[in-house]
Amino acid sequence: MTNDLFEKFKNIRELSIIVIIIVFSLILRFLTPYFLTYDNLKTVAIGLSADGIIAIGMTIALISGGFDLSVGSVMALSGVTTATLYAGGFNIWLAVLIGLLMSTLCGLVNGYFIGKVGLNPFITTLAMMGIARGISYIITEGAYISLYDVSNIFSSLGGGNIFAIPYIVLIFIIIACFADFSLRKSSALRKVFYTGSNEEAAILSGINTQKVKLYVFVLTAILAGIAGILTLSRFQVATPTAGTGAELRVISAAVIGGASLKGGEGTIFGAVLGVILLNIINNALILLNISVYSQELVNGVVLISAVTLDYLSHRNN
Amino acid sequence: MTKKNILKVENICKTFPGTKALKNVSFELAEGEVHAIIGENGAGKSTLMNILSGVLQADKGGKIFFYDKEVKFNFPREAQEKGIGFVHQELSLCSHVSVAENIFMGRAPKNKFGNINFKKLYQKTTEILSLFDSDIKASEIVKNLNVSERQIVEIAKALSLNCKILILDEPTSSLTNIESEKLFKIIRSIKKKNIGILYISHRLEEIFKVCDRVTILRDGIRIDSLDVEKTSSEILIENMVGREISNFYPEKSKFAEQVIMSVSKFNKKGVFNDINFNLKKGEILGFAGLTGAGRTEVARAICGIDIFDDGEVFIEGKKLKINNYNSAIELGLGYITEDRKNEGLFLKMSVRKNISAASLQKVTKNMLIKKDIECINSNKLIKKLNIKISNIEQKIKSLSGGNQQKVLFAKWLNIDPKIIIMDEPTRGIDVGAKAEMHRMIRELAESGIGVIIISSELPEIIGMCDRVIVMHEGKITGEVSNNDITEKNIMTLASKK
Repeated sequence: MTNDLFEKFKNIRELSIIVIIIVFSLILRFLTPYFLTYDNLKTVAIGLSADGIIAIGMTIALISGGFDLSVGSVMALSGVTTATLYAGGFNIWLAVLIGLLMSTLCGLVNGYFIGKVGLNPFITTLAMMGIARGISYIITEGAYISLYDVSNIFSSLGGGNIFAIPYIVLIFIIIACFADFSLRKSSALRKVFYTGSNEEAAILSGINTQKVKLYVFVLTAILAGIAGILTLSRFQVATPTAGTGAELRVISAAVIGGASLKGGEGTIFGAVLGVILLNIINNALILLNISVYSQELVNGVVLISAVTLDYLSHRNN
Repeated sequence: MTKKNILKVENICKTFPGTKALKNVSFELAEGEVHAIIGENGAGKSTLMNILSGVLQADKGGKIFFYDKEVKFNFPREAQEKGIGFVHQELSLCSHVSVAENIFMGRAPKNKFGNINFKKLYQKTTEILSLFDSDIKASEIVKNLNVSERQIVEIAKALSLNCKILILDEPTSSLTNIESEKLFKIIRSIKKKNIGILYISHRLEEIFKVCDRVTILRDGIRIDSLDVEKTSSEILIENMVGREISNFYPEKSKFAEQVIMSVSKFNKKGVFNDINFNLKKGEILGFAGLTGAGRTEVARAICGIDIFDDGEVFIEGKKLKINNYNSAIELGLGYITEDRKNEGLFLKMSVRKNISAASLQKVTKNMLIKKDIECINSNKLIKKLNIKISNIEQKIKSLSGGNQQKVLFAKWLNIDPKIIIMDEPTRGIDVGAKAEMHRMIRELAESGIGVIIISSELPEIIGMCDRVIVMHEGKITGEVSNNDITEKNIMTLASKK
């Protein structure tokens, strides 16, 4: 009984975001009836799926005590690699595999320098952010690469539906559920919490924190790669500018959802709610005909309000 | 002495929550005197110095006279302005700026544009440094200096503030013998300027080399102030430790003769050398010595946490893999750190998760953590160790020091250890929890586990251990057992060259 109560107390962060989302949606529904239509919600859901998948990896990186600034670039790189290979005559699935391997490689490099060499995650992933983006530009020479006559199965990943649910959204939901479950139950991810909560104590508990960090950064990169492939499938075009600014959007979402930059804290559910909140707000700006230029400003205000509220409520505890 | 007093301290008391660190301490410091303050760890030396330098405030009632005028320091700055310079054990210089800027931090001479006049700054610095007969350049960046040079800079900084009293806290703890001799020379020359020096040290031989008077503290009480010429190190040791060991320690018991762990020819250059010893099943083996003797370093190297140069460790005949703490844990070797907050516990995480941190494989099935098994294990240990919590999901940071220490203990019992190395197992916990801890450690040994205790508290070593190895500067200087485990024997070995 006390256990259940405690769980509820712990989830108060998620609960408050859900309440905010519902209240906000009701107000929006009142302002514009179009908001609560199937078409609009579907657009919002498809739009947030790529960021959502990246946010899952970012949350785990934040829990480990680091973060990954290179996710947006890695996302572009996987899409660009896949599209270029396909245009060069490769089978689309082989091209996808190589695209994912490319992002995995980025993650391995990040993980090696952060975990084994011991460099700072900010600097390392900032460098990778430039490197991956740079390679994307070099491969494409800055141009768009369109996919022609690509297999139906591949294009339905980003554009198709099953029982009125877009595949891309379904994939996002499946990954999110699996990650949320693993984060709570799996032994490997428990080590991520130990590492982020107190690295020295984790080492002195026999946990190989170097390996933990390596795996974490490989994971964030693979998830960014998957987001890149799905985005390619959705638009049928690869651009070297894909995912620009994604890193900051997903860090915001994860932090709104309860993750801490100091490590050791965060939930997938919270991060997903954070992504949903930010995307609904952006949707509102569009529906209410408010200039798109104010989007980033609003995102910033939401982030600082969420963190301030959290800080104040913790301080009162 | 005919010289007048700079400092007179009367009836200083200091109460911390739960303990009285100082009880009616009085002493005097004369001009040009080097006055040693000695005592065991926890005797109140640091507290006293912190009060004199304004870091802490004494309880009401005590008085401090500075040149016969009563003073009260609310902030370190006030003490500094009066002329009390404190050279801390951990040096506190800014390592990326020059010697001159460190010495004149915030007081550097300026030119007419308000910028630092470097020419004048270096000139003034060179003047001060010339007192020390050293070749430190005023423009040198501090990080390029060695420890003894940095210490000189610290002392120069204090002197440049026109200090009347210089407090040196363990000034030789990181110096070589030659460097120490140089420091003594400097101390003697400072003396001639009628500055009073308070000298805190664990090393008795230094007191005879450089000090005039010595004040002995024990458990926050001033035992005596003696003229160094009229005393001997035997008298000092007796005064420092002469306390009756109460029987709040559990009775010692017999242990089997079977060796459970053997360490041979263990070396790490500059840290410890030629460490050899055996640990028997069910035995409590103590490691005594002064801070910096290398005990913690040896323990961490044995477990494979830190690297070492050469040497071997066998547990029940199996050789330990080098630098692989995980394999040591699997063989049943656990190291309980002395620093539970920074190195031992996950403060933001629950009691349950802390207890299983070193033994995840015990609660993992098919890569998933079985929460029910985890709860059963944790609850068993919580009951066994009598940890007082409202709920196993409670966060560690909300627990008292004693209960935190017990959780740390539980984390290691959870690996089903054969050998446990405990570094300062009762640091910072109250007397009741301490006695409870001691009883549990003895129970552990009785169940057949080999226990090593590293402790700076001699009474704990004497009360708990079946055998004691004493270290000094990285070497084992002796071993005592049974009735030979006395404070005097250990202290003699601990300060032996």
